[in-house]
Amino acid sequence: MQQVASSRAALVAWLQAGPMMLVFALFFLLPLVLVIIVSLWDYNEYQMIPALSGRGYTDTFEGCLANLPELCTIFKTYLKTLKLCFLVWALTLLIGFTIAYFLAFHIRSTTWQILLSLLCTIPFWTSNVIRMIAWIPLLGRGGLVNSGLLHAGVIDKPIEWLLFSEFAVVLALVHLFTFFMVVPIFNSMIRIDKRLIEAAYDAGATGWQTLWNVIIPLAKPGIVIGSIFVITIVMGDFITIGVMGGQQIAAAGKIIEVRLNALQFPAAAANAVILLAITFLIIAMLSKLVDLRKEL
Amino acid sequence: MRERRSKSFYLLAAFFAAYVLFLYGPMIAIFILSFQGPEGGLTFPMNGVSLHWFRKLFSGNGIVDLGAAFLRSLRLGLVVMLITVVFSVAAGMAFRKGFSGASLLFYSAIASLIVPSIITSLGIALSFRLLDDAIHQHGVAWGLGDIARQWQTGMGLFTSGLGAHLTWTLPFGLLIMFAIFNRFDHRLEEAARDLGATPWQSFRHVVLPIILPSVVGIGLFGFTLSWDELARSSQAIGPVNTLPLELQGLTTTVTTPDIYALGTITSAVSFFVIFACLFAIKALQKRQARHGSDAGQGMM
Repeated sequence: MQQVASSRAALVAWLQAGPMMLVFALFFLLPLVLVIIVSLWDYNEYQMIPALSGRGYTDTFEGCLANLPELCTIFKTYLKTLKLCFLVWALTLLIGFTIAYFLAFHIRSTTWQILLSLLCTIPFWTSNVIRMIAWIPLLGRGGLVNSGLLHAGVIDKPIEWLLFSEFAVVLALVHLFTFFMVVPIFNSMIRIDKRLIEAAYDAGATGWQTLWNVIIPLAKPGIVIGSIFVITIVMGDFITIGVMGGQQIAAAGKIIEVRLNALQFPAAAANAVILLAITFLIIAMLSKLVDLRKEL
Repeated sequence: MRERRSKSFYLLAAFFAAYVLFLYGPMIAIFILSFQGPEGGLTFPMNGVSLHWFRKLFSGNGIVDLGAAFLRSLRLGLVVMLITVVFSVAAGMAFRKGFSGASLLFYSAIASLIVPSIITSLGIALSFRLLDDAIHQHGVAWGLGDIARQWQTGMGLFTSGLGAHLTWTLPFGLLIMFAIFNRFDHRLEEAARDLGATPWQSFRHVVLPIILPSVVGIGLFGFTLSWDELARSSQAIGPVNTLPLELQGLTTTVTTPDIYALGTITSAVSFFVIFACLFAIKALQKRQARHGSDAGQGMM
């Protein structure tokens, strides 16, 4: 009897989880496998050829050995992407941590905590493109910043690098994705037992010492999860970099898009595999620091 | 009891205020600029106030076929929302019971969330491309006849596009379900079972009413994430575009405020959905608070 009941329960659980599993199998796992397979295919100007070939990879690294010690395009592009990634990571971490700290430790009523969190969350539910376009009236040649500075006499001709530049890309990425830092860090902080902090103060720790020796170690899981989110988003980003960089800045995600637009599927797939490997490496290093499953 | 606020509170509060201004300021700027007069440009100052750019959008000879893209995005968003809610709640229930393959599903969801969108999008486009090629080459031999001869592509809004959006919304739905059940008192279900409720009855009359506010939250994520989705749609949406894709296409070409007008309309839909959901959540929570503590009253 017991066995029948439990096998029935197992079947029900399978039926409940099945639809979601099917979506991931068809639209995520299978496509990933196909990307890896096709990255090893041959191709010509207008189609892919299902024959084993390393061309997708060799084309990607073209000139890398010949031009030594000069860096080839693909390495330069990845270095640029990593640089953007580091800048955005550092800024979102700094801002996100401060915001989460304020919400978790300085706002005492739950209602206010919810309201202020909502205030930070609502933009996340609105369109990213619009939040990018929104910088044009501020940063453009005739934008508020330039005209303000002109009026104040700080500059005598508009600053060109405010929009469609690396600066604009970093600004927009921080603007869009600090949210991904705030949520997990807040989540970790809210679970910290307030008595620990009181104990630290009672033991004579200064505010900074408490922050460094008590709060940051205990908020580490949130910091790691937020970092994974931000780093993977920026590593694969091609839209923000495209729109805010005026389609002029090369990045890891952008290469894939360019190859795809040229219908070079195996080359695009090879670049995707490289990007995936690097992203995976970064995540593996970060998740060494914390047991992810326990935190969710 | 109120202790005095420390200096660091005011410093952090100022920082928070600056962050909120940073979040909303630019958006508000384009909402204002979308009401530019007919002679107005992309930047301040305002050159009169008018609905000119909205009218231009709706007149049809504007920059895009707004109506069609709008309806497409709306339909897709609603379908994604519905599927996200149903699949997430179902899978959340399965995780409570535990099942073989639970880890696989969990890690698939997490991976789907953090694998760069461009790779997922490329993979889906590639899958459909291979399917199309297979049908073109072997369809007739497989006995598909006319279907194969007339086959264009399997890609489309409700095939590849829907799949791409779900790989983005379902992980959020599942994580919200985890958050709900972490706080869920399982004794309530046991009580229902002890009173003779079938599993369905205990779900319908005990679990669902309790988790309903959060389920609305899943719907909110489902719709808004789909409505604004860009990176995954970019390669996988098929022959027609969604509203965000049209908008992105315009960023390089348009030099008049109709792009702001389109942005304002798109955001208006987002804000409408956000506030409708938040009100629904609030109302449901109020209702729970009213009805929550009637334990034992039926016995009196």
